[in-house]
Amino acid sequence: MITLQINGEKHKIDVAPEMPLLWAIRDIVGLTGTKYGCGIGVCGSCKVLLDNSPVQSCMIPVSAAEGKNVITIEGVSKNLQLLQESWTALNVPQCGFCQPGQLIAATALLDKISEPTDEEINEAMIGNICRCGTYQRIKNAIHRTVELKKQG
Amino acid sequence: MNPIKNISRRTFVKSVGLASGGLILACNTSVFSDKEKDENKDLTNFNPNLFVQLNSDGSLILIASRSEMGNGVRTSLTSVIADEMDADWTKVIVQQAVGDAKYGDQNTDGSRSVRYLYEPMRKMGAMARAMLISAAAQTWKVPVTECTAENHFVLHSSGKKIAYGDLVEIAKNLEVPTEITYKNPKDFKYIGKKLRGVDTEEYSNGSAIFGLDKRLPNMKFAAMQRCPVTFGTVKSFDKTAALKVAGVIDVIEILRIAKPFGTLGGIAVIASNTWAAFKGKDALKIEWDLGDNASYDSEKYMKQITENVHKQGKVGKDVGNVNKAFKNAHKIVESTYQLPHLAHAPMEVPNAVAWVQGDSCEVWAPTQDPQSARKEVADYLETPEDKVTINVTFLGGGFGRKSKPDYVVEAVAISKAINAPVQIVWTREDDIKHGYYHTVSSQYLKASLDKQGNVTGWLNRFALPSIASTFSPGVDYPAGFEISSAANVPFDIKNMKVEVGQSPAYVRIGWLRSVINIPHGFSQNVFADELAVAAGKDPLEFRLNLIGKDRIEETEDPIKYNTARLKNVLKLATKNANWGKPLPEGHAYGLSVHYSFYSYVASVVEISMAFNKVKVHNVYTVIDCGQTVNKDTIKAQMEGAAIFGMSLAFYGKITAKNGAIEQSNYSDYKMIRMNEIPKVHVEIVESTEIPTGVGEPGVPVIAPAIVNAIFKLTGKRYYNLPLSDYGLV
Repeated sequence: MITLQINGEKHKIDVAPEMPLLWAIRDIVGLTGTKYGCGIGVCGSCKVLLDNSPVQSCMIPVSAAEGKNVITIEGVSKNLQLLQESWTALNVPQCGFCQPGQLIAATALLDKISEPTDEEINEAMIGNICRCGTYQRIKNAIHRTVELKKQG
Repeated sequence: MNPIKNISRRTFVKSVGLASGGLILACNTSVFSDKEKDENKDLTNFNPNLFVQLNSDGSLILIASRSEMGNGVRTSLTSVIADEMDADWTKVIVQQAVGDAKYGDQNTDGSRSVRYLYEPMRKMGAMARAMLISAAAQTWKVPVTECTAENHFVLHSSGKKIAYGDLVEIAKNLEVPTEITYKNPKDFKYIGKKLRGVDTEEYSNGSAIFGLDKRLPNMKFAAMQRCPVTFGTVKSFDKTAALKVAGVIDVIEILRIAKPFGTLGGIAVIASNTWAAFKGKDALKIEWDLGDNASYDSEKYMKQITENVHKQGKVGKDVGNVNKAFKNAHKIVESTYQLPHLAHAPMEVPNAVAWVQGDSCEVWAPTQDPQSARKEVADYLETPEDKVTINVTFLGGGFGRKSKPDYVVEAVAISKAINAPVQIVWTREDDIKHGYYHTVSSQYLKASLDKQGNVTGWLNRFALPSIASTFSPGVDYPAGFEISSAANVPFDIKNMKVEVGQSPAYVRIGWLRSVINIPHGFSQNVFADELAVAAGKDPLEFRLNLIGKDRIEETEDPIKYNTARLKNVLKLATKNANWGKPLPEGHAYGLSVHYSFYSYVASVVEISMAFNKVKVHNVYTVIDCGQTVNKDTIKAQMEGAAIFGMSLAFYGKITAKNGAIEQSNYSDYKMIRMNEIPKVHVEIVESTEIPTGVGEPGVPVIAPAIVNAIFKLTGKRYYNLPLSDYGLV
């Protein structure tokens, strides 16, 4: 048995320790906001926060997440909520599928750097593919969130 | 509340699982005029039973009959109804239609959802408004002419008003009006404005249910190993190792169904979770009969079709006398362009949930065409279509891939075999290696110029495996619909010839966002740029001259193209980019203009190069798509199209060796990422012309504009894509 703490809740699951965290979250725990996109850690659709660091959950064995705090798109964090508001306000998503991963990556960025430059945004978001091409709005939404925070 | 009934009393309306009660607006075919039926053949069977349900509490359920894949269609189509109905947008609940012919054509493809449904949806809304006004007039015992509607209320000239919800009981017993009056477009509240997508919050908080997210009690997960070579079959297989994988339940063979949308067949692994299914699939030992396509080598194939375009082909168009024009030329320019196969690679892989129970089946799938899926499933199960329910989930991208329901048939075949609900999940590798590929093309263009630099003759000879080959095996020349966008170029050239070369298919050929306009848009725009250089003229001036005087071009299409609108987008795009004004040192512009899906699009791109690598700084796109519905969606589609166009220009290349696709994932089939994006500036032309395509026409202009800009900057002309092959990205 492996115990996962996801969004503050404990889940006891009976899976092989090498099962990628992604599939444990989606198929065993049943939180489907975290997406499968590539399975090889190159698209970012499956990003979650593991003890506040963004990781591609398709590349992390579930055993490595044991004892750590996992935050998914369904979770609550100040920056995530503010970013979600900006995502909606700027009508960022097109098909929407990659957006949970984008939002997790953006959350991790703002957790680390309160006022990122365009360069820092590029660096933080380079691992996330959006096939619809919503990148410009993602960038604008991150900037908007920073502005909102500055205004308090 | 009373049971639902059809207010027209002419056709019975079935509940589709909505809460009972309320005004259901049902319509029969009479809402479509004969004129429209003639113009749009797809609409002749349009028999919508319900698009509008108004409840006593004022909540308004509007049906979206088309699939949502980022095209914004759940917002655009319903906002048209709401506007004409004078409804309060905040009271609207959008409900997705199941696949059913009663909704008319649901194939969300060809950039035509708004084009086909703008008028019908207006009628649905206008009809509802008229009936609500009648109901209020009856209540007040006043003439309808004294009543108007506004924001979910009917108002009387005396100043009194009544909420829509309070009119439901009366309105639902009224006859459907035969005469329908539309709003004056100047009174539109939603149409032609900017609306936020109705699903944006769900997308942003992870609660939106895509096909991949559908779960049923006791549902199994399946993955399938298909033959590396298209249409190869299983000779033998050993499932021992797969069955040893923890979580694997069963391993079965699924036979190929030799139909355009039939499954390729293979060995399916059924498991208790997706990862076990994937691992089981990897553990399979399969001996294949590779079949007829095992010799496919895309590099050799490119050489072969290029030879074919360098010799006489089959004539697709012949106007004037091209040979004579060439003979009398002051200058001849000729070029050959080669573009590779592409894969759709939507972020959400093909997948579907199916549950076969007896002779019935229910499916949940991200499909662009639920009616096609329904037909394929019914055929497979040899059951009537009314025993098959296709629920349309959100689509994590489609781009044409999800119009082909082969993956739905797979889920159904497995569910039937194991007698349980099952979700088939393609791995990304499956998606890249077993798709319906965008064609591979070689195009030879030759033109003659006179002394003044006017184009006097134009020959376009191209070869590419046809989409028709997917439907009629053996087709080995481009089909009519692939010739027309080369033949109907809006250039004022007296002598023009189009020929096609032999080009058989060795993989499944499908349509990918903007389809044949990718090769034709590329070759025409790069070639026009080369001609401008040969004529010693500015590309803008040359292009405007090439398009020629304002005119409506006669083509076989019901919608004619208007050269004035084409020139207008070009002028606007260049104006927005400050074409002709000095740029920063080391920067250059390229332009491109293309008419597709009845829309006019021009783009100017601004690039620079450092260490021989291209950087795109700005894209100035202008689209004229007639009457607009949701301007923010149009803008978003142009922004996305610029990135989609850049991805194919920079990286897009699918190759085959020994019949097998060589790429496997986003690692070797790359996409544009955040660090590479330009600023995309979009202008939408104000127009009252009929609404035309938006989802696709922004794509074909991007790659040629980049290639033209590279030439301007470096003097080097690149004829083939992707640019990564030249080390330029």
